[in-house]
Amino acid sequence: MTEAVLDAVDVVKFLGHGAGEVQALKGVSLSLKGGELVLLMGPSGSGKTTLLSILGCLMTPTRGIVRIRGRSIAGADPEDLAKLRRDHIGFIFQSYHLFPTLTAEDNVRLALDVRGQRSRRAAKTAREALAVVGLSHKTKAFPLQLSGGEQQRVAIARAIVGNTSAILADEPTGALDAQNGQAIMKLLAQIAKDQSRGVLVVTHDPRILPFANRIVHIEDGRIVSEESGGEAKRAWKS
Amino acid sequence: MSLKFRLASRNLFHDRLRLVATIVGIVFSIVLVTVQMGLYVGFGRIVTTMIDHAPADLWVMPLGTKCFEDPSLLDDRQRFRTLAVNGVAEAAPLVVGYAQWRLPSGTTTPVFIVGSELRGLGLRPWDLVAGRLDDLSIPGAVAIDQSYFDRLGIGGTGANAEIRDQKVQVMAVTRGIRSFTTTPYAFTGLDRARAYTGISPNKASYLLVRVSPDSDVDSVRRQLQANLSDVEVLTTTEFRNRSRSFWLFGTGAGAALFAGALLGIIVGTVIVAQTLYSSTKDHLDEFATLRAIGSSGAYIYKVIIWQAVLSAIIGFGGAAGISAIVVKMTAESALPIVVTPGLTLGLFLLTVVMCVASAIAAILQVMRIDPALVFTR
Repeated sequence: MTEAVLDAVDVVKFLGHGAGEVQALKGVSLSLKGGELVLLMGPSGSGKTTLLSILGCLMTPTRGIVRIRGRSIAGADPEDLAKLRRDHIGFIFQSYHLFPTLTAEDNVRLALDVRGQRSRRAAKTAREALAVVGLSHKTKAFPLQLSGGEQQRVAIARAIVGNTSAILADEPTGALDAQNGQAIMKLLAQIAKDQSRGVLVVTHDPRILPFANRIVHIEDGRIVSEESGGEAKRAWKS
Repeated sequence: MSLKFRLASRNLFHDRLRLVATIVGIVFSIVLVTVQMGLYVGFGRIVTTMIDHAPADLWVMPLGTKCFEDPSLLDDRQRFRTLAVNGVAEAAPLVVGYAQWRLPSGTTTPVFIVGSELRGLGLRPWDLVAGRLDDLSIPGAVAIDQSYFDRLGIGGTGANAEIRDQKVQVMAVTRGIRSFTTTPYAFTGLDRARAYTGISPNKASYLLVRVSPDSDVDSVRRQLQANLSDVEVLTTTEFRNRSRSFWLFGTGAGAALFAGALLGIIVGTVIVAQTLYSSTKDHLDEFATLRAIGSSGAYIYKVIIWQAVLSAIIGFGGAAGISAIVVKMTAESALPIVVTPGLTLGLFLLTVVMCVASAIAAILQVMRIDPALVFTR
């Protein structure tokens, strides 16, 4: 494990306004280091996605500190946050969020395009990323021509192609069957390990516990427990 | 191909029905603007046809003359004073005015008489398709445009009629000399024109002035203006502009044409804005994804603007095709729609600007996009 790529310290987040205002996070601290795969688990409404959004610079905290590779994001405007995401964070979503009108290769290349990488080399890099996720034979396929597992692999290729130090995944196996879910988690664990990236996965799925280095449990906007992957694996097996 | 462009084109072509609606909107709008502006240009040209074909450097006319078709009278003394000014090489009288053309059947129709000397400086018919200019020196000879044969009840050269109880015979026929007032022009010699319009032999509507090659037109003009009273001396360009301005703006015709064009622009903008807005709304998840994976706002705006520009190019292509047909159909009419290369370029730029401006609503919507949306959809 290396230094922390993402850090949240005592983060508080209020959502909504007036009578509808709720406190989604109540002083959460969490760090994600390079090379580790962390599972963030908790019931619906516990604040998992809000925390993921804040760590992913999609939202800013109401209070508290968020650091990316040691640099605080305080005071960043939406464009600054977009740049931070470009430079440091890759995303994987439960419903893939691929562009239906673009091929697998173009979907991956899009992540390079928004980073200003538009040369022929970008296309080659995109194909290489697809090869890493085992889809070198489907580069010209459109999302609708791919299975759910393949679409999620394209999304993973898109998340890793920018060489970001952190990958944040929201229920990446949520829409997949057990076999595909296991394959995706295996791939993410491998990416964390081989490429020294920090991978944070929000999940409900206990079947993916064996892939984690660390499991963080969140409830009602607070982190309630944290355990190592080994402990969790033993507990789950028993 | 740029990925932004590809994304824009795929977004655009993905929903064929909406694309058709967008293109129809643009085509309708641009054809309307083309027709209005083409009429404006055509009208602007046709109202100055006579001025354009008179080989004069300067026009001397009664004070307050608004346009070519609105003459008062000058007398011979002013012609002599004109000729006395240094630098004036020639000063030829031109007589114009309305008269009644009586057919052998007894029915009458108005004609606009244009009479000048048949030799030297003058405004004579052009584009003759039958007869010769010299034939107009025969007493009672007139030149008529072939497009007015039906109106004037004639079948070609040799046809007879009466103007102001005097026999006239068509001795020459022109092609394409049409009047925007729909009153046919009848060209004849100076004396006959005076007789047909009831003007005294010592009067004229205009003096066409040719300046000697070694003299400065402006300086001659100043001298003429100083030496002559109750007249105006205009260059051909000035008279052309005055006539055009009178017919286009003095009568409200130009304003009506511009209003029509403006309406077309508004309709087009609204249609394109509406379809782009709804397209953006449909692709909001994709734009949120783009934002989430780190795209700048400008990147997304460019995708939307590419969509607008593509719509503009396709729409303009369709509009240009239809407009070309309309232009061809009106080419021989009394008021042809004229589309110049400059106007075509202007219309293309207008289409692009209109479509890009229409993208503003969509861009405003995308500006408010919350990238965290990707976790909730």
